[in-house]
Amino acid sequence: MSRNRSVLGDFLRGLGGATFFLITILRALPGALLRPRLILQQLYYVGVMSLIIIVISGTFVGWILALQGFRTLTTFGATSALGVFVAATVIREMAPVVTALLFAGRAGSALAAEIGLMKATDQLSGMEMMAVDPIKRVIAPRFIAVLISLPLLTAIFAVMAIGWAGGHLIGVDLLGVDQGTYWGQIHAQIKLHDVIESIIKSACFGVVIGWISVYQGYFAAPTSEGVSRATTSTVVMSSLTVVGLDFVLTAFMFR
Amino acid sequence: MISPDSDIHVRVRGLRFSFGSRVIYDGVDLDIARGKITAILGPSGTGKTTLLRLIGGQWRPKSGTIEVDGVNVNKLSRNQLFELRKRMSLLFQSGALLTDLTVFENVAFPLREHTDLPEAMIRDLVLMNLEAVGLRGARDLYPEQISGGMSRRVAMARAIALEPALIMFDEPFTGQDPISMGVLIRLVSSLNKAQGLTSIIVSHDVKEVLSISDYAYVISGGKVLDHGTPEAIRASRSEYAQQFLHGRPDGPVPFHYKSAKSYSDDLLEPAK
Amino acid sequence: MQSRALEILVGFFVCIGVAAVFVLTFRVASQDHVGSGGIYEVTAKFDNIGALTRGAAVKMAGVKIGSVKGISIDPKTFQAVVAIDIDKTRNDIPLDSTAKIMTAGLLGEQYIGLEPGGDDQSLQNGSEIKFTQSAFILENIIGQLLVSMTQKGKDSDSPAPAPANAPAPAPAPATAPAAKAAPAK
Repeated sequence: MSRNRSVLGDFLRGLGGATFFLITILRALPGALLRPRLILQQLYYVGVMSLIIIVISGTFVGWILALQGFRTLTTFGATSALGVFVAATVIREMAPVVTALLFAGRAGSALAAEIGLMKATDQLSGMEMMAVDPIKRVIAPRFIAVLISLPLLTAIFAVMAIGWAGGHLIGVDLLGVDQGTYWGQIHAQIKLHDVIESIIKSACFGVVIGWISVYQGYFAAPTSEGVSRATTSTVVMSSLTVVGLDFVLTAFMFR
Repeated sequence: MISPDSDIHVRVRGLRFSFGSRVIYDGVDLDIARGKITAILGPSGTGKTTLLRLIGGQWRPKSGTIEVDGVNVNKLSRNQLFELRKRMSLLFQSGALLTDLTVFENVAFPLREHTDLPEAMIRDLVLMNLEAVGLRGARDLYPEQISGGMSRRVAMARAIALEPALIMFDEPFTGQDPISMGVLIRLVSSLNKAQGLTSIIVSHDVKEVLSISDYAYVISGGKVLDHGTPEAIRASRSEYAQQFLHGRPDGPVPFHYKSAKSYSDDLLEPAK
Repeated sequence: MQSRALEILVGFFVCIGVAAVFVLTFRVASQDHVGSGGIYEVTAKFDNIGALTRGAAVKMAGVKIGSVKGISIDPKTFQAVVAIDIDKTRNDIPLDSTAKIMTAGLLGEQYIGLEPGGDDQSLQNGSEIKFTQSAFILENIIGQLLVSMTQKGKDSDSPAPAPANAPAPAPAPATAPAAKAAPAK
């Protein structure tokens, strides 16, 4: 009983601390935006370095959806809807969620480890003693880079999954769905608000992943064990939060 | 209050600080003279690094005051504290170099963050500071490519880049081979002489530190046990100071960690 | 030099990211012309709207010209009142046009089909479409079919297709064309 209460207490304390930290970051954002070079550097580590995994995964997800969709749709004699099946699944769910999960594993964990190591080797304290605010100099540019990268990566994932190399390759070139039908069905069924909702979702996921990874890194115990724990909990917590938040957002946007 | 041009650069009065239930400082008074090298000696685990962080305002004491240039560090706002820190430097034991920047960029870091100097001038200043620590040739290396002693020298070049008035060294000689220790000792003392820097060295390398310092404090168990010039410390009649200075294994600091039972009782007790 | 390469790579990344957003927006998603401000609203009353939902398409000759904005019930007649947004460029639809609730395919979603009348006046903001035809309710048709079959069993003289319309439970003007709509699919 008292154990449960302390777990709850720890959780609330952690959440409160993380919220306070987020506010500190948000306050540092305007200043950080004045230093585009720092953001540029982080965009490279966070965005460009995640590009390959996103492109490859997007392509495979497109292939898988085309194969699975074709099997199911054949039983209803509705293979002409293959394009819209792939496009709707990808744009509404797969692209934002899978990209966010991969991104948490690739970039979020790296961020947590990097910041945790900077803390363990006194680099953050050192900056503070040099009268440089590590939140402005280290944390905020990384947070901004995550916010910019994730929606862009999500769009790239979606285009790869639906486009020539992805679902189109399997559906049209391999399974023989008519090319005009593939695109025609997509045009008829996918609306602009689907795309907008997808991007809103990925932006929300970006805030969550950026927040969790810099928080975990910044408050990691300054030991090798602490850093490894921060890395693991970044991936676990980001993934769970993304999946949970996806349900909430989907329910919210569902009419 | 002390005036900014007083001989006392840092004044600590009645300092108390603890981590949870563990008391680190229990009423410590220190006066750090301007332009001199002051050594803070004490065994490992007495929180000597903590003292430097307290002076730098990173942590707040439970009670007591810490004045730097007559300003109470703990009464400052974050911005005022940052202004104050531009005039002081703390050298971490590890060097705390930024691992994603080259040696050159590390030394340029405080200049780029705090000044609007043109690139050419930054380059000149950085090269001058690197030359002073003898590492101008290593400017394009990354921190992981240089030794620990070299890291500390780079950190020194970085620490003096903004021409501070106060520089604090955290265990600058620990774990160094004799040659790089000699280099570091010479650097610390030459920085002090050439630029009139107030230097605080926290260390347990007694012989080396006493050889260059003007004044020394011996701290243990959260209290100042002895203080004076190096000669006075060496001649100290304090049993503890003698044990510490000469590295005797037993004395006021017992060889045996405190145990609830006597040795014989412990041995005779049947195993569980 | 190194920072130049960095800038190029990041620039490349942002470019293809933005390009992907554009592809999704302009090549994949259909553009909603309706609802971008250039619309006018008309209403139509139906006895039964079936499974029609908000956002359903409004088509004329199979071309989408608007969408269903809202559905409510008339407290006096207990009919469904459907508010329809129509693209402003279609401002020449005759006033006596007929609105029918149709189904895309046998099991597909329902939409409103407009059949133009011959009136000189045209629909404008706030007009009501007077001629409507309710949804095709499968259960009603099956019910009618069963009734006609039992009647055929009792009275074999009666011709088969005729009673399909006659014993309809719903009011005549709405239901009669509903049965007619079925073979149109």
